[in-house]
Amino acid sequence: MSFISLLWVLLLGSLLGLELIGKVPPTLHTPLMSGANAISGITMLAALTLIVKAEGNVPLLIIGSVSLGFALFNVVGGFFVTDRMLAMFSRKPSNKK
Amino acid sequence: MNLPVIIKFVIDLLAVLLLALGIKGLSKVKSARDANRLAAFAMSLSVVGLLSYYLGTSGIAIQSWIWIIIGSIIGSLFGAILAKKVPMTSMPETVALFNGCGGMSSLLVALGVAIFPISGGQENLDFFKSLINEVSISVSIFVGAITFTGSIVAMAKLQGWLSTPGWTQSKVRHFVNIVFAVASLIAFFDLINGNTSSIWLLVIVSSLLGIGVTLPIGGADMPVVISLLNSYSGIAAAAAGFVVDSQLLIVAGAMVGAAGLILTQVMCKGMNRSLVSVLFGGSLSAQSTASTGSGEYTNITSCSVEECALTLEAANKVIIVPGYGLAVAQAQHTLREVTKKLEQNGIEVVYAIHPVAGRMPGHMNVLLAEADVPYEQLKEMDVVNPDFPATDVVLVLGANDVVNPQAKNDSSSPLYGMPVLDVQEARTVFVIKRGMSAGYSGIKNDLFDLPNTSMVFGDAKKVLNDLIGELKDLGVGEK
Repeated sequence: MSFISLLWVLLLGSLLGLELIGKVPPTLHTPLMSGANAISGITMLAALTLIVKAEGNVPLLIIGSVSLGFALFNVVGGFFVTDRMLAMFSRKPSNKK
Repeated sequence: MNLPVIIKFVIDLLAVLLLALGIKGLSKVKSARDANRLAAFAMSLSVVGLLSYYLGTSGIAIQSWIWIIIGSIIGSLFGAILAKKVPMTSMPETVALFNGCGGMSSLLVALGVAIFPISGGQENLDFFKSLINEVSISVSIFVGAITFTGSIVAMAKLQGWLSTPGWTQSKVRHFVNIVFAVASLIAFFDLINGNTSSIWLLVIVSSLLGIGVTLPIGGADMPVVISLLNSYSGIAAAAAGFVVDSQLLIVAGAMVGAAGLILTQVMCKGMNRSLVSVLFGGSLSAQSTASTGSGEYTNITSCSVEECALTLEAANKVIIVPGYGLAVAQAQHTLREVTKKLEQNGIEVVYAIHPVAGRMPGHMNVLLAEADVPYEQLKEMDVVNPDFPATDVVLVLGANDVVNPQAKNDSSSPLYGMPVLDVQEARTVFVIKRGMSAGYSGIKNDLFDLPNTSMVFGDAKKVLNDLIGELKDLGVGEK
């Protein structure tokens, strides 16, 4: 991938992010923040790449593995906690008599 | 192009699409939960895509598998446990912690690549390419470190482990932070010049910068900071994407970065603060002691739970104003009991939710939802404000600054201009509060002095429990 096309990707990705959340009801600020936060754990892919390309370099394997751990902590925890919050909103109709 | 490349390309494209749909869906109540799951699915899909690509091309060594599995299991396990165990009241600090770890991950990737250049083409890079490589490594480390230490400080402050040290409110802090910023710039140029060891300097000073910037910020502004740091962690991820040459990382990181920025802006608006004043203005309480020193109350009326119950019984319309104090006392369920009784007596009950009630926008909605309060009873500020004049009783529970009339009347107040709930327009206002302490902003609340306001002193949960007893004695809520 050439650097220029990566810059294009960066630009378009940012524009997409700006467009995606226009009107968010305040109710959803916390879950949205927490969900977006989980997505930022996508660096786990970078950590995976590091481990795969380490080729037996043990210190690098360890750094990659710790990095992967941190990222997955972010991802798994983030999605679970968001789901827990959102579950409280959707539970409402079934509970009403 | 061979098959593994095409497959990865298709999977990446699909993952980006699903992630975008996920973020989009998260901004609507109806679709939010499915959207969150969709995003989680997209993330797992991207992992499958990456692993299958390496399996199809270079292959993955057994040793790599072992370290992948160790890292994944430990990280996921801790994440899942924390997510399940953490009480809903500490949601802001939890998000901060998760966020900090995401930043740490980007930092470690960049550090790893910097210390041990990845084999395969990196040795014979031309000058331009190696420059790009070093810049993206530096950005990833810089932003990652700030995200990590900043988030940890934010978490510690919200948990009450850290207070705001006095010196951080003086002008010294700007000087200190500028020194850190300049030092990281020096480290950055040194790194580009080929001095690899200066990477440690970069790690250290950017970590210190993260602490130095976050520490002076007051508790009330913390949600905005967390949201901003969340945006940073997206930027850190995008920078890591440049480091390992992954478009998927760049897109996803940029999306989160931009979306986080918008969300930060929205939050600032809700608190009538500009981002600049949040970041550089220091904590609100420090300013207020200088500007409005007169913190004396002159006309406080306190009343018993019994009187409160009698007034409630005679009311037709009651508005509840919940604040963080309610959440701290874990009284949302008891509150629900009280309002159930009132409703059974034909009294109209509505909850007025200030945009920043609780500690994070939307936090109060989550807490009340946990206590089974029907969604339709939660009214946003703009909707509920015109209703106050026609309201008999307002019950303020653990909220303070968001009901301070100073924000409307006193242009010298630091709160001036912040949107508030006009509770003083109601016939009677009961403020349930532990004592006369000030709110987050540290500013005197003029509401407490008004003739139609009565204070009911006590812990929210205990007062509400007593209230249930009194209402029972009055026969409220029984057929």
